[in-house]
Amino acid sequence: MTRDIAVVAFAQTDVLRTSDELSEVEMLMPVLHEVLDRTGLKTADLDFTCSGSSDYLAGRAFSFTLALDGVGAWPPISESHVETDGAWALYEAWTKLLTGEADTALVYSYGKSSPGSLRDVLTRQLDPYYVAPLWPDSVALAALQAQALIDAGDTDEPALAAIAARSRSDATSNPHAQLRGSLPQGEYVVRPLRIGDCPPIGDGAAAVILAAEDRARELCARPAWIRGIDHRIEAHSLGVRDLTDSPSTRLAAEKAGAFERPVDTAELHAPFTAQEVVLRKALELGDDVRINPSGGALAANPMMAAGLVRIGEAAARVHRGESDRALAHATSGPCLQQNLVAVLEGDPR
Amino acid sequence: MPEVLKAPLVVEFPFTRSLGPVQSAFLTGLRERVVLGVKTTDGRTLVPPVEYDPVTAEEIRELVEVAPTGTVTTWAWNPGPRRGQPLATPFAWALVRLDGADTALLHALDVPGPDAVHTGLRVRVRWAEDRTGAITDIACFEPYDHEGEPARPTDHTGEFEDRITGIVAPARLDYTYSPGRAQSAYITALSEQRTVGERCPSCRKVYVPPRGACPTCGVPTAEQVEVGPRGTVTTFCIVNIKAKNLDIEVPYVYAHIALDGAGLALHGRIGGIPYDKVRMGLRVEPVWTEGARYPDHYRPTGEPDADYDTYKELL
Repeated sequence: MTRDIAVVAFAQTDVLRTSDELSEVEMLMPVLHEVLDRTGLKTADLDFTCSGSSDYLAGRAFSFTLALDGVGAWPPISESHVETDGAWALYEAWTKLLTGEADTALVYSYGKSSPGSLRDVLTRQLDPYYVAPLWPDSVALAALQAQALIDAGDTDEPALAAIAARSRSDATSNPHAQLRGSLPQGEYVVRPLRIGDCPPIGDGAAAVILAAEDRARELCARPAWIRGIDHRIEAHSLGVRDLTDSPSTRLAAEKAGAFERPVDTAELHAPFTAQEVVLRKALELGDDVRINPSGGALAANPMMAAGLVRIGEAAARVHRGESDRALAHATSGPCLQQNLVAVLEGDPR
Repeated sequence: MPEVLKAPLVVEFPFTRSLGPVQSAFLTGLRERVVLGVKTTDGRTLVPPVEYDPVTAEEIRELVEVAPTGTVTTWAWNPGPRRGQPLATPFAWALVRLDGADTALLHALDVPGPDAVHTGLRVRVRWAEDRTGAITDIACFEPYDHEGEPARPTDHTGEFEDRITGIVAPARLDYTYSPGRAQSAYITALSEQRTVGERCPSCRKVYVPPRGACPTCGVPTAEQVEVGPRGTVTTFCIVNIKAKNLDIEVPYVYAHIALDGAGLALHGRIGGIPYDKVRMGLRVEPVWTEGARYPDHYRPTGEPDADYDTYKELL
């Protein structure tokens, strides 16, 4: 069975370095209200809700159950949660709509990284036997990948700086971005990566609404139809992988139909500059494709939400008529460990 | 608006993990200064070794010994070592392909500066003095410029005396906890011996403690409402087992208490009355101890019991 399913609305918070005055639900709620307002739907109208978050970020056990307070889950709703980026929650909601059991779904995700030390927190997702006991932080692992790319002749420090500059320059038109405009590349954090090559650490949330078939057309003037979506994973041991390539991204893109026709826009979830080089290669994106008009993850990288934001940003461009066929990518884990690719299209104008 | 509260929060746990047969042999080998790899069915040697082939998912068990020397395949200079990392002075992270292996191992490389490291650098294991059967039995790698025959993997049974079967991996993360606006206001009022909830603008229910949102309506709560101090026991249980580090004689009663004006019950201990005299509908009030930020327990007020109809919606 196949059904046409679309992203019909998207909302996101401003991404901020700290948000002490807000609990997670207090941060999330305005975004939920905004995305519902865009469609005129109420919680009771939604057939399914799926969220993505991680308790490790803020150190709060079962924080996702508290976040549900912002949804208004009474009478009891059909609901699920993934402990990763909200892009994977969207994937689950998409499969639910495909079955025909639901016609509409709310997908949201949020991350408050400010209470903890994110570089250390992320070490806890690594192989607990051989890697996590060494506490290699997220920047260190990304730096190993960047050096491998430099050694392979795929990039160099000036090219990485240019990716950083383009991203923050594009972000000047994105009111939600955390880093905007011209910023110095700065010192090495872990060489060869400088401050400018790394994403800002910030708190934020995002939400989208999915709808199927005619319901999508009722809720949105120009739905962003999901023509394909797929996600794949690399071997977990970093030393087994070729860090200069991303076969999982390529395979996910192939399964999502990304190579069938060219895309005009790509929102790539590349938290570190060098990762954009890997993704461009894997996705065969030419210079004529608009990459990260939002500024991407180098301008705002709220953990657990930044991948969903890529899908939301790509969909919003389709909604506004600024794109006819867009690719959205989300990643999770060290050195592009897991990758999700979605292809979104608008109806012909 | 009162100041938003903050407090340090340490999450610390010693994870006890059991090992599969390949991991067990590898980590025991490190204790004995032996580096083992595992052969895949297509003839590659994986170091560090895993239990299942990352390509075919086949169970792999054929162990080989590789050299403690190898080549850097990529590196990154770490000018600021962080807690828990292998070296306390600036060092290079490196993926090292040991002689005889086809894959690389992540570890620290002790060199004086970034100019002393490059991809292709020859290195060897520096063993830790105290070895327990853990990846940290390799203290780090160090440069090694001896030229010699490239080592080939040699068969190894993986058998050692006193083979380890598990590891304890301590983990600690430090946070600065902030409960947000609504809970900060609640805690601040509580320190003045007042209980302040928040009313839902939609369904009018008063939440105590407030969390900033009405979970039924999904809207923010903001209107502050002082409730109590008296309340009604809606339901209770009798605790018969003494909790560790808790200086309260058993049996005692733990109860749900609906404070007057609150839309839901909170919980607390009931004192000042024999445990077997506590009942639903009992009227209680908080007892504060000197300097406490929350009530120590609740005791009977002496009022007549509340009518069931007055609290049946709060059960």
